[in-house]
Parts: sequence; C-alpha cells; structure tokens
Amino acid sequence: MTVVESGSSKRVTGTRMLRREDPALLTGEAKFIDDIVQTDALYMVLLRSPMAHARIISVDSSAAKRMPGVVAVFSGSDLRGEWLAPMPCAWPVTVDMKNPPHYPVAADVVNYVGDAVAVVLASDKIAAVDALAAIDVNYEPLPVVSNLEDALADKNLVHPALGTNTSYVWNLEPDKAKVDSAFASAEHVVRSRFVQQRLIPSAMETRGVLAVPHPYGGEYTLFSSTQIPHILKTMLSLTVGISEAKLRVIAPSVGGGFGSKLNVYSEEVLALTLARKLHKPIRWTEERSENSLATIHGRGQIQDVELAADADGKIMAVRVNLVADMGGYLQLLTPGVPLLGGFLYHGLYDVPAYSFTCTGVFTNKTPTDAYRGAGRPEATFAIERSMDALAKRVGVDPAEIRRRNFIAPEKFPYSSAPGLVFDSGNYLPNLEMALEKIGYKEIRAEQERRRAEGSRKHLGVGLSCYVEMCGLAPSKVLGSLSYSAGGWESATVRILPTCKVQVVTGTSPHGQGHETSWSMIVADRLGINTADIEVLHSDTAIAPYGLDTYGSRSLAVGGSAVYLATEKVLEKAKLIAAHALEVSPEDLDYQDGEFKVKGSAGKSYALSSAALEAFTAHDLPEGVEPNLEATVTWDPPNFTFPFGTHIAVVEVDEETGQTDLLRYLSIDDVGNQINPMIVDGQIEGGIAQGVAQALFEEAVYDESCNLLDSTFIEYLMPSAAEFPSFELGNTVTPSPTNPLGVKGVGEAGCIASPPAVINAVVDALAEFGIEHIDMPASPEKVWSAIELARLSGTRVD
Amino acid sequence: MQITTTVNGHPYSKDVEPRTLLVHYLRDMLGLTGTNVGCDTSSCGACTILLNGESVKSCTVLAVQADGQELVTIEGMATESGLHPIQKAFQENHGLQCGYCTPGMVMAAASFLKENPKPTEHEVREALEGNLCRCTGYHNIVKSVLAAATAMEGVVL
Repeated sequence: MTVVESGSSKRVTGTRMLRREDPALLTGEAKFIDDIVQTDALYMVLLRSPMAHARIISVDSSAAKRMPGVVAVFSGSDLRGEWLAPMPCAWPVTVDMKNPPHYPVAADVVNYVGDAVAVVLASDKIAAVDALAAIDVNYEPLPVVSNLEDALADKNLVHPALGTNTSYVWNLEPDKAKVDSAFASAEHVVRSRFVQQRLIPSAMETRGVLAVPHPYGGEYTLFSSTQIPHILKTMLSLTVGISEAKLRVIAPSVGGGFGSKLNVYSEEVLALTLARKLHKPIRWTEERSENSLATIHGRGQIQDVELAADADGKIMAVRVNLVADMGGYLQLLTPGVPLLGGFLYHGLYDVPAYSFTCTGVFTNKTPTDAYRGAGRPEATFAIERSMDALAKRVGVDPAEIRRRNFIAPEKFPYSSAPGLVFDSGNYLPNLEMALEKIGYKEIRAEQERRRAEGSRKHLGVGLSCYVEMCGLAPSKVLGSLSYSAGGWESATVRILPTCKVQVVTGTSPHGQGHETSWSMIVADRLGINTADIEVLHSDTAIAPYGLDTYGSRSLAVGGSAVYLATEKVLEKAKLIAAHALEVSPEDLDYQDGEFKVKGSAGKSYALSSAALEAFTAHDLPEGVEPNLEATVTWDPPNFTFPFGTHIAVVEVDEETGQTDLLRYLSIDDVGNQINPMIVDGQIEGGIAQGVAQALFEEAVYDESCNLLDSTFIEYLMPSAAEFPSFELGNTVTPSPTNPLGVKGVGEAGCIASPPAVINAVVDALAEFGIEHIDMPASPEKVWSAIELARLSGTRVD
Repeated sequence: MQITTTVNGHPYSKDVEPRTLLVHYLRDMLGLTGTNVGCDTSSCGACTILLNGESVKSCTVLAVQADGQELVTIEGMATESGLHPIQKAFQENHGLQCGYCTPGMVMAAASFLKENPKPTEHEVREALEGNLCRCTGYHNIVKSVLAAATAMEGVVL
C-alpha cells in the first residue's frame, strides 16, 4: 500500500507498529487529571438541582459554611458578577437562533436535573461532600417539558422569556420543485418515523478540572480532562475574562472522550473563576452519577423520513423532517450536531433531489451535544432502515436495492444534491466483499431452514452501507455553516542539534495513539527511526496553535499538517546540504538520512550534519535562518468521506425477546492507513458503541424529567460478554484531498453499526410481520412486538 | 485507626478513617494512582486490584478490611526486566486505547488466568463481565488475555 512519499527504505507507515503510549498506561505511570498532585488545592463540589424545572426561591448555606473544613459556599446569585459572558455556544446555526443565557451556577431558574445551584469549596473532598447536605434550597416547581412533541406544541415553556421552545428551524432544500415532483411521480413512497434515543457517552474517566493560580505571576494553569485544550483556552478567556496571554491549558492523559469532552463546561469556568477569586488552586472530580447528569448527552431526535423511488427501486428523492432535542440549554456545539447529519440522509446513494429540515427544541433535560458520530449515525440509521423498507416494497433483497442505488465510481468527485462533494468512493466491490466474507447466501439458506422447521430462535441478517463526512473541516465551509471556528490544524517539526526530532501537534489525543502514528509519518519522510522522534501535544504552552481532536479529523487534518511540516523542514535541510556540497538543491536526492548528489556516487551530506550546522550557524547559506524547524498550518480543501459495509447476524429468541449478536463483519474503506492496528481498534470500538445504541443503552427519563439510569447499575453499558469477536476487512480508496490519502476513522464504526443490528433484528422478525423495533431493541420491546403481532394476527405462517 | 498492609511487596502502616475506601487509601495515602476510579457503584472494575492474590474492586473494600493483607496493584506488575506478560500481551494486541480501564483489566485478567490458565474466548468474555471499557469494543482485550494465557503457559503468577 503506497502511503506517503518516503525518504526511507524501511517504510513503517502501513505497518501495525505497537503504540509508544502503552507502557505508561499499562503500568500506572500515566497521569490522568485525578492523579496530579496539588497539595494546597481546595476541593470543589456542586449542589445539583433535584428538580428539572423550578424557580430558586432561596439558597441558605449558613449551616454548610460552619461545617469543618468548609472554606466557602456560593450560590448562583453570589457569583453573578464574576462572568464576562455566559457559557459559550459556538454554533449559532441560524441568525434568529434562540440561545438563552446559561451560567455555570443557576441563579433564578434550574432547567434540568443536575443543573448546578451552589458550589462548596473545602479543604478536602469528604468535607465538601458532607457540606452539600447542609445547604437548604427552596424551589418553586415549574411545569416541565419532557418530550419532543410537547416541546414543539409549546404548551409549557422551558424558557418562557423566549415565547417558544423552538431554538431554530434549519432548512436545506436546494430544489423544492424537484423534490415535490419526484414524490408526485414516484412508484414507491416509503415513509418512516425513527426515534434516536438519548445516550450517555460514558467515557470511562469522568471529567475533572484543576485550576492553579500563580498569584505573584498573575497567571493561571488549568488542567482539564478535555478533548479541546486549545478551544477551551480561548473560550475560557472570553467567558471568565482572563487574558489568553495569562492562561495555559493542559489536557493530561484523558480517559476517553467520544465527544463528551468536546465542550466548555460549567465546572471548568467555575474552577478558574474561583481560583481567581480565592487565590487558591481549585480541583473538581466528577462522580459517575454526576457525569450522567451534567456531561452532555448524545442523539435525542425524532426523524420523519420519506423516500420516493421508481418501479425498480431507484431513489428519486429523499425528504427528512427532524426534531432534535437540545436539552435545557445550548452547549458549545449543541445546535449544529443534527446538521452534521443533515447532508447525509441520502447515504451513499445517487439521489437527485433532497430536502432536509431540522427543528431544534428545548426540553428540561441535560443538554445534548456531539457524541461519537454526531448527527451522522442518526442519518445513516434513517437511510439504511429506509433502504430495507424500500427493498421489501420493491420485492428485492436488501443487498440488491443498495446495488441499484450506489453512486457509480466514475461519478467521483461526486456532487451531492445537498451540496457536498464526495472525495472518492467505490462502493460496489466493498459490498460484494462483505457479502462474500460473511457467507450471505449460506446465512439466508440457514434462515430459510430454520423458518421451515418452525424454530423459535429466529436468525436475522442486517446490512448497513455507510458513508460519512469527517475530517473537520475546510474553514470556509465551516464559516458558511456559521460555525465560530476554523477547521485547520497546525504542526511544527523541529530537528534538534543531535538530529532527534520534536513534533508539535495541535491535535489532542485521548486514546487514538497520535504519538505513535505521527512519529511513523515523520520517520518515513525523514528516513529515521521512530525512536528518535518525540511527539508533543495537549499543552497550550508547548503547542500554542491547534484545533484539537474530534470529528475524525486528527489524522486527515493534523497528520497532514505533520507531513507537510516535515516536507518543509526537509526543504530547509536541503538548502544547507546543497551549500555544503556546493551544488544546487535540485541536484540532491534524499534517502535514509542522507542527501546525495544525483548521479554522483559517494558525494553525500547527512541530515545530522545539517541539523548541527543549522544549530551552530557557522556556515549557513545566504538568507537561511539558523535552526531546523518548520511550522505548517493546513486547512483541508474538503471533508473526507470514508465508507463501508457492515453486516450483523443475530438470533432472536421469540420466547424471551432476547437478541444475541452472533457475528459482526465490517469492510471499511478509510483510504490509506498509517497504522492498520490503530485503525482496526477504532473500528472495533465504534462498532461496540453503535451496537450498544442498537441493543442496550438509553437515557431513560420519567414524566417529571428525572433521569432513571444515572449509574452503571441501571445504564446498560455492555461488557465483553455481550459481543462476539468482530470480523474486519478493508478496501482502500485513497482520498485525493490530503497529502496522505487518508480518511477519518474515529466515528465510522459507530455510524455504521446501529442500522446493521436493527436491520438484522427486524429481518429475524419478518415472519411476524414486524416492520420496525425502536432502539434499544431490548428483550421487553422485542417480546412485546412479537406478542402484539400474535394478537393482531400479522404473523406470516 | 492504624492499619498495616503489604502493597507490591512494600510494608505500609497508616492511620485511616474507618470510612476510607481501599481505593482511596491506595491512591491518596500511598500515592499509587495507577488504580483508577470509574464509577460509584462497583460496576466498572477500573479499580480492580489483587487482595491476597484474588481480584477485588478496591472501591468495594474498606481500607480497614485490608489490614494485615497482601495487595498487588498495577504498579506491582512490571519488574526490572520489563512488563508483566499480561501487560506485554495488552500492548502487542492493542488491548488498550485511552488506558483508563486498563489497570483494572490487567489485574482482573491476572486473577482470572490464575484460576483458569487455558481459557476459551467465551470464558474470557464471561470472566471480564465486571470490567467495562468504552474504547476497544473488547475485541483486542479478549485477544490480549488469550495471548497472555499462551505466553504464560506453565508460569506461576
């Protein structure tokens, strides 16, 4: 596999190189936020509202303040003057979007269970927690808005001052007449309503913050378990009013994010504010049940999806109407998340007419925001479930309906009806490989056999063909979507006097292995060992520029920046080499750490000599600055569009409603692969997270908007016992839009897997005439659907 | 009250509050921060350690219950000669990503492989049911434990 232009005869990119991150993580040496020692820190704990919607009449903290170890207690009103601005929402998706001010501690009204009402600072955590119970808050309950339909109806209002629960309505309908005419003339119209349940991201490490003031230097260091130290620094500066020049943000080892740490949170703002106010380090560690309430949730949508198709099942138009749950407030990217899927409801099918509308509404629940896939799993679920329904309507196999609709390979770069340009794709061979590897025909035969003998264990097979847009993102495109930041990434490559290399990246890994992969990219280009390369990141004092890690962007954007910075530093070294060899730079080749004069055996100059010369600067060519260092900030010209086919095989027990995942196969195409071991790991983790949505997980609220499953006892995050080993494969269609030819992979598995599983479950239940099961397809839901089918006589015997 | 423990071969004598959990004793009083806390309900297994050779979730044990006992944490697994075979197997099979659940996974695997040195894949999956991971989909964790079993054949832990 050709990956990058190489200056090495011993290529490492494309190999399954083991991760350099692992020894520290495997031995307990790695430092997560809660492992950082700060002996003089005050512990911060928050009193959280037990009510979803209520007016705060009074907060009496006098008893709490008298408790041993307690240093201070503040209510929202006490802190009202501390903020320069409300909590930031960086994605005003429409000019008239409603975004009620949201402060770290509520002063007047609480809007979800978990909203903070007071903050306690004490000398140790136990003293702080003990003091919480002594704070007396008097609430006046307000009517709650507990579901999306009630929210749309505006009967009760989350924020009465807005006069509506609707935050925004966003349309994407390039040609309405074309859509209308397609539906008017269609042979088949498939209409479906899907519910994307709320999910709790559940990174294994909860969030944590440590804000350290340096009172005599007038500066602050903030450690946070975050995916976005750079964005956080700028946002904290704007919110708290501390100069960017006086604030350093560090993300230490971070125990998973999945989008949930791609935010600016109340506790980060509070810790910094209180460190300023009290001149003491402030530390906060989230408990798991707090994480379920106070860290963002994912998904939360109702999707009305319509496909218009001709007699052969060729899709003529897709029309989507979405209602998306914002929760009680808008967090950093809340309103934009459903729109990231808004361009992809036609999947990887060639669809000429497209209409998408999203209405974002407030409810009295935890705010939603980006969770692995962010809008794209929802879109993929909708189209891939609809494709199965269309196949049934047309009377063809689910694989066949997909073949008939794929974008043909010669159409790339493909301009989609919603307005994207898909970089590259070759979908049919990918599907065929998946069908062959899983033994699709044999599974269908086994299914028939079981049906014929009246087995009560029903076999189902489900397909999901997916494409997604990732590698966020071209800054201009983000600008056109009203996103308040760019999508570039920065890298510096520095060759030290001893020819060891420092790579500084603006990405901020939290499990993705960037140190390993980035070192591989640089090692190949420079023809040196990865062991001679260090990769620095996640500290704004070391890596001043960056846009961090989310949206499957790090390799495609950040890795490309690293590659281009390596090229640039090599160009400079070449000038030094050419000067020393008294030849023109064009006359030099570079391989394995040496510049050689083309066609002249023996005349060479080592990179290490250039490194030392650049440092001593005794004899540099005219106009060449000392030191061997280059920085590149790369703004990608396009998103990348990875794709693939996932197939789930399930067995559903009609007696219990239990679904067992027997096999799971994926053939993914993420372009070139720098480290296939890491790529596979990303896919596997994504698959499991998507299967979890399909079969197990849901943030369940009662009618008063109390979260009923805020711990791992109730929230069904699956264990190893719930999965088979996964069967993985690849096709390789490089992306032409970045120098590495790579596409994003972090979210792909999670985007593809939910519809594969639900298609399989529904396929297993075909005999009962069951057409859909909402996620999660719990035993209770499946069993009830079977019983209902029996009672209503839809069973096809 | 005063408790005495042996942790990773070193004796410790400390005065602890009766309500102190073992995990907090290890992390806050002994500075052994490799053992992580992932939940409040003994569900996730991130805090798994060995108590007299058997795996326990150290958030479910009071420090005083460990008085006079022998403990091994993740910091006690590697030796001068390198990583423990289980740690090595996790690295070689990419059995970790963010690494937060990893110390607990390694300790749970150590205890399990002592009981069942030649497990099947199914047995590994069942044995790790009390340890949650959000990154790997468990695929490579299971591979790691099976590889460790092969690597350690005949080795007494």
